[in-house]
Amino acid sequence: MASPLEQFAIEPIVRITVPDLGLDLSFTNSSLWMGIAVACSYGLVMAGTRQRALVPGRLQALVELAYEFVAGMVRENAGREGMRYFPWIFTLFMFVLFGNLLGIIPGAFTFTSHIIVTFTLAIGVFLGTTAVGFYIHGLRFLTFFVPSGAPKIMLPLLVPIEILSYCFRPISLSIRLFVNMMAGHTMLKIFVGFAVALGILFGWLPFSIIVALNGFEIVVAFLQAYIFTILTCLYLHDAIHLH
Amino acid sequence: MELDAARMIGAGLATIALFGVGTGIGSIFSTLISTVGRNPSVQQRVFPYAIIGFALVEAVALYALLIAFIILFV
Repeated sequence: MASPLEQFAIEPIVRITVPDLGLDLSFTNSSLWMGIAVACSYGLVMAGTRQRALVPGRLQALVELAYEFVAGMVRENAGREGMRYFPWIFTLFMFVLFGNLLGIIPGAFTFTSHIIVTFTLAIGVFLGTTAVGFYIHGLRFLTFFVPSGAPKIMLPLLVPIEILSYCFRPISLSIRLFVNMMAGHTMLKIFVGFAVALGILFGWLPFSIIVALNGFEIVVAFLQAYIFTILTCLYLHDAIHLH
Repeated sequence: MELDAARMIGAGLATIALFGVGTGIGSIFSTLISTVGRNPSVQQRVFPYAIIGFALVEAVALYALLIAFIILFV
């Protein structure tokens, strides 16, 4: 009986190694599905904006919906100045969303279910927002760690705690996304195992649970992409407005 | 005690965290329902916050799952 965790194995498709340096630059199933996610996102936006009709057709309306959704999120949570970073936030949202959604297709690989992928995205967000904070405010950005209205005597206790909770952000951001994806797919795999084991006679019971779980997985895919993006917008707000 | 038995017990104990998570999610949606009940026109405005709150609390549940997996398999 195969383990439900085997579906997360990374298989090289085109093996490219540099044995002398110990590098493995293979084109893997993870890279393939990242490429497919980028192609889907690019194709959707390009095809949707091709007509440029004033009254949008279905595809253009879909792309405009996605654009307005993310633009509204950035404008509301990071302010007018935050719209400078809209291309980055929109790309992040589309990448995570398509990564999550494409993984639900049976036989596909969910590249966001690997901690290294989500950690890279989260570290990008963390370093990016910190860089924005230092670029806009200079060294005054460090006053972010001093909560206003705190008695001076508590500062040696509060400031390290604030710094620690700030540095915890990329960890929580990455773990939230990766564990949601991994737990969802592992649960699906376990129920599939039940359905296969019970056979045709009673297999319909776990199968109906699988159908419901797939629907739930689609909701979780959207939700986790939304949460990742809105938390990025909130961290951007902290960096730009310092409180 | 053997390592495998201790691992199983550790993973089982890690699920105690779900007690707090269930309380948290129930609390969020109970407040949402009573808020919308008092003032139905704010439903559009508070619903995104409820969803964000739910996702953040669910993340804690999944941290517990992560710890259970680490105990079991690492």
